[in-house]
Amino acid sequence: MHTQMSDRLDATFLALADPTRRAILARLARGEASVTELAEPFAMSQPAVSKHLKILERAGLITVGQDAQRRPRRFEGKPLAEANAWLERYRASWEASFERLDGVLEELQRRTSASTRARRRPPSPRLRRAGTKR
Amino acid sequence: MPMTTEKAQITLPTDREVKVTRSFKAARPLVYRAYTEPALVQRWVLGPPGWSMPVCEMDVRVGGRYRWRWRSDTDGSEFGFAGTFREVTPPSRLVHTEAYDPGTVGYAYPQSEALVSVTFTQDSGITTVTTLIDYGSKDARDAAVATGMTDGMEQSYQLLDALVSEHA
Repeated sequence: MHTQMSDRLDATFLALADPTRRAILARLARGEASVTELAEPFAMSQPAVSKHLKILERAGLITVGQDAQRRPRRFEGKPLAEANAWLERYRASWEASFERLDGVLEELQRRTSASTRARRRPPSPRLRRAGTKR
Repeated sequence: MPMTTEKAQITLPTDREVKVTRSFKAARPLVYRAYTEPALVQRWVLGPPGWSMPVCEMDVRVGGRYRWRWRSDTDGSEFGFAGTFREVTPPSRLVHTEAYDPGTVGYAYPQSEALVSVTFTQDSGITTVTTLIDYGSKDARDAAVATGMTDGMEQSYQLLDALVSEHA
């Protein structure tokens, strides 16, 4: 994989590895907010929030808005979309196999229930006649 | 018939690991069979489109070996995986090593051996299979995910949703 891309993904996944940072991102995905506004709902000190924001910023997951006073943080979707695309190709290959497994399991289930029924009671003469016609 | 179970979920629990979770509408012993009987495994572990699985040998017991090989329908080139079963607990758990066999395809995939732990849990008729793959190193993990035997750039935002909405 391209090294630059790999470094970017590392930064993204590192940033996402922490539940508080994911919560901050989820909050910012609903609209921009200042450090003060972010510190409140998370019951954290502003320096603690700033530390998390720095990591998110380094990963490109957030940017700082125009307002020099409030310095609102804004959610940026691109790194997440990149990280998602990287994992999604891998996920899609698993999912393709699992969908075939769905089919195999359905067939096994049909066969199992059919043989259980057959064991429980022999087919009626009418059913048997219908069977020979086919 | 469309299934109502959720699609495969991928998470990265540590730097070296990938965790794949998927639920199936079937009883656990049946799912376990589909993972351990070669004739059944061969029908769903197909690899990328345009590849068949001519070799599927599995000696499912502790210390037993398995060998999987895929062949390209277009040029006949082959690659595969092989390993040893470390833990066999029907119908709840399977642990095996997994080493890449470059066959005639040649490209270098992770050289190191991965450890694959498959756990089957059942809850009201739904069996959830959790596959934890420890690739041994971050580089090997990233290479495996980047290579991901895959059929193109299908992009979905499901994972994004999962990551973000997890704590929303």
